Amino acid sequence: MRNMPTLRDLATTIRSKNAGVDHITFDVIFRERRDFERVRDSGVLSRAKVAGLYGIPLERVTDFVVFEPANAIKFTIRRERPSGSPGESDVFGAQQYAPLFDIEVP
Amino acid sequence: MTDISILCPTGHLGFTPLEPASFHAGCALKPDVVIADSGSCDIGPYPLGADGQASPVAWQRHDLEVMLLAARRLGVPMIIGSASDTGTDRGVRQFAQLIRDIAREHGLAPFRMATIFSELTKDQVLARMAAGAPVRGLDGRADADAATIARTDRIVAVMGAEPICAALRDGAEVVIAGRSSDCAIFAAPLLNAGLSPATAYYAGKLMECASFCCEPFMGKESILGRITEDDIRVTAMHPGQRCTPASLASHAMYERRDPFREYVATGYVDMTDVRYEPWDEKTARARGARFVRSDRPMVKLEGAGKVGERRLAIVGIRDPYTIENVDAAMDWARARLAERFGPPGEAGWAVHYHAYGRDGVMGAMDPHRPARPHELGIVVETVCADAKRAEEICALAARNLFYARLKEVKGTAGAAALMSDEILVGKPGYEWTLNHAMPVDDPAELFRTAFETVDDGARKAA
Repeated sequence: MRNMPTLRDLATTIRSKNAGVDHITFDVIFRERRDFERVRDSGVLSRAKVAGLYGIPLERVTDFVVFEPANAIKFTIRRERPSGSPGESDVFGAQQYAPLFDIEVP
Repeated sequence: MTDISILCPTGHLGFTPLEPASFHAGCALKPDVVIADSGSCDIGPYPLGADGQASPVAWQRHDLEVMLLAARRLGVPMIIGSASDTGTDRGVRQFAQLIRDIAREHGLAPFRMATIFSELTKDQVLARMAAGAPVRGLDGRADADAATIARTDRIVAVMGAEPICAALRDGAEVVIAGRSSDCAIFAAPLLNAGLSPATAYYAGKLMECASFCCEPFMGKESILGRITEDDIRVTAMHPGQRCTPASLASHAMYERRDPFREYVATGYVDMTDVRYEPWDEKTARARGARFVRSDRPMVKLEGAGKVGERRLAIVGIRDPYTIENVDAAMDWARARLAERFGPPGEAGWAVHYHAYGRDGVMGAMDPHRPARPHELGIVVETVCADAKRAEEICALAARNLFYARLKEVKGTAGAAALMSDEILVGKPGYEWTLNHAMPVDDPAELFRTAFETVDDGARKAA
């Protein structure tokens, strides 16, 4: 059986970035409308799926939005500590998206 | 019909030098105003808390010089927001002095400069709290109390467009603003020209990061916005970049929780029904924003406070058995530290082991921690109010990995490679203590504006 495509195959942009000092927001953006709709309708990205992937309680996924104007799916995670506090490792929140790459899309 | 064009060369002035070629291409189109923001919370709490800067002066000066010379040559206003990374009073004074220096060096004709200060003392905030003004927590934070303020070293209020509008109306040709909403510095000249808050703030939201709203990805390149009521056209100035509906829309959702709302002091921009269309090869058009005014203006406060002195050490591990059991080694090291220095937190110290090669970037959020990485680089970070103690804790936190007691270890001469047996002095640790908002009667009441004529000739004569 042929392997399913992954988010990395379908999305043109997968990124994470600070949204203020207490949150990191994730954007998955598609060039093609049909790829966007395929992922949106597949349910592989949802508040619960994201919480499971990152091993965090559901409440820490504070926002989950389908943003039609940009063919994008967007969610936001509350940081454990504010950005740049001692012990933090990603002050811009810019390298937290990698685990999204391998999500398979039916 | 009111039609204003704005040229923006950078999303964070001074952070890395702006690219002059695309800026000059934009200047050739005779913009009505040149605008750039110079601040960000992304740099972490240290610069605000310690009242320092994150960018080298040489780059700040470079960017200000490129913009000032163009603005004076074109005879149009120049607006800089969040001066010198943080927008503290230090930042405003520093940028104002750079402007004076550049004007003198180039013998510029006299011009009027406004400086707008946005720093608040702790006493000012405490006095307002005592008078009944709540300092509301944002992003799920609790409201601030006296203890929150006590943990804070420095506070800036984030201005909306109002103080900048007033400065421009008073004839300012250069505005150096303290901490300001990115979109407000763009909105100010548009509001003064009679455009609606919806169009003005939305145009600012789209333009604030310069070439980030274009494709392919390039930083520090200029964009030109042509704005009429409910019609914002953004054009890439770099020959290799385009502004497309997709690039503009994807920027509208950038670094924010809610892609439909942009909050400013007096309300929010509602972007639910905005539409993006292609205009020409390098230009996209956006329309359809609304502005929802709040009952009472709320001004955002940012504050940072010192946690302690920081020391760092770098430790490598290559032994596969130690790598497999590195959590046990770190637990053992932590236990020894607690024996000597007392329980962490309670006794005023902390140690953080950053295990690069395993989960140093993502920590507990990493779903793919390899069990057996080839080697591990552990950055040991310790924090303590007392610098000497922070150093001692760091030395022991690193050396205890070297002496870690693991049951079946074969390398009995040392369980870790110390890059050098050296403790590095880190910048003091700070934390964001305030991410809050405070109600005000007048959105401009927390900000102080001063005017001067930058006139080297007059100064020489005096």
